[in-house]
Amino acid sequence: MTMEAELSDDERTFHRTIERDQRVEPRDWMPEGYRKTMIRQIAQHAHSEIIGMQPEGEWITRAPSLRRKAILLAKVQDEAGHGLYLYSAAETLGADRADLTRRLIEGRQKYSSIFNYPTLSFADVGVIGWLVDGAAICNQVPLCRSSYGPYGRAMIRICKEESFHQRQGYELLMTMMGGTTQQREMVQDAVTRWWWPSLMMFGPPDDRSPNSAQSMAWKIKRHSNDELRQRFVDMTVPQAEALGVTLPDPALTWNAGRGHYDFGEPDWSELTRVISGDGPCNALRIARRRQADEEGAWVREAAAAHAAKRQHAHREEAA
Amino acid sequence: MSEPGRHEWPLFEVFVRAKRGLNHVHVGSLRAADHDMALHHARDLYTRRNEGVSIWVVRSDDVVASAPAEKESFFEPSGDKIYRHPTHYTIPGSVPHI
Repeated sequence: MTMEAELSDDERTFHRTIERDQRVEPRDWMPEGYRKTMIRQIAQHAHSEIIGMQPEGEWITRAPSLRRKAILLAKVQDEAGHGLYLYSAAETLGADRADLTRRLIEGRQKYSSIFNYPTLSFADVGVIGWLVDGAAICNQVPLCRSSYGPYGRAMIRICKEESFHQRQGYELLMTMMGGTTQQREMVQDAVTRWWWPSLMMFGPPDDRSPNSAQSMAWKIKRHSNDELRQRFVDMTVPQAEALGVTLPDPALTWNAGRGHYDFGEPDWSELTRVISGDGPCNALRIARRRQADEEGAWVREAAAAHAAKRQHAHREEAA
Repeated sequence: MSEPGRHEWPLFEVFVRAKRGLNHVHVGSLRAADHDMALHHARDLYTRRNEGVSIWVVRSDDVVASAPAEKESFFEPSGDKIYRHPTHYTIPGSVPHI
């Protein structure tokens, strides 16, 4: 127990909190590495929600019915909300959300690689709800028990809302599968394009995920990338069968011995490429985010000027 | 707050009363130019699914909080006052309703 003796009281309190499965709260002492990892993960997650508004947002004006348009609007608004819950959590760690946005726009912080793929048909909206939000749920449910209190609480809100996202997507696809041959082909085409990128959402395989061990030790992360990926595949295969679509993986088979589906290896070089900026839509997504930020600047300034003026008038009245 | 450029909007803490009969509970924070805007943003952000019937917003820098480091000196005095709890008192089982 020589290690124990070298720890400061603060460190001991922190480790005891983690060991006992209690939550670390904003004003508690925490190791700098924990704070940095937490800010990076929460910011990256927040950025993913905000950038994630774009691929589906493109279809709002082209939704085939008022019902679908209202659903899609509500969904995209939820993504904005999720981003804001998360920026709020990041601010409890001393991060500043305007600074985080700047880091995103300047390419110094990342977001989920999945949003760098294009949405080519309305079926993509359904497939994003079913597969992308389905994968997000697999990732996020364990994060509700993440050791950092504000992050866990934000994730609880988010998970409740994601369930609507996944169900509306699946229902949309069921409707299209009950339509014309052409509609069924659109669904199959979208499934084929999104399947592998969805599996990549869980990150690189465990033996190539350098930060995982520390995150598990700090209980920021509760399950490994490969465990969660397997869970997602097991959940999704019966859903694909019920829908009547084929998942584009010839190696996908039930393994009775393991009690799990076996599946093929995603193309990890593609993930590396897309993360490092060379995906089909990386430049477009960041350009759009930068444009929204720049075009919104005058609104932010005008609102601040108005608030300052009112406060001034209020003070004069009181004097 | 008067710093020009990006930091023009201060931080607000948001509290929501889920239904009549319950206390307002802290749900998170947001950025807004003033209190009115903070209330509207809070409505859009934290009550999209009937989560509340009333909202409070408070400027974050107006919140005064106890420090985690002072936890012992601040909260421990109540720890040894076991006579504040009903279980401290032994009453014969034959005495009803107490």
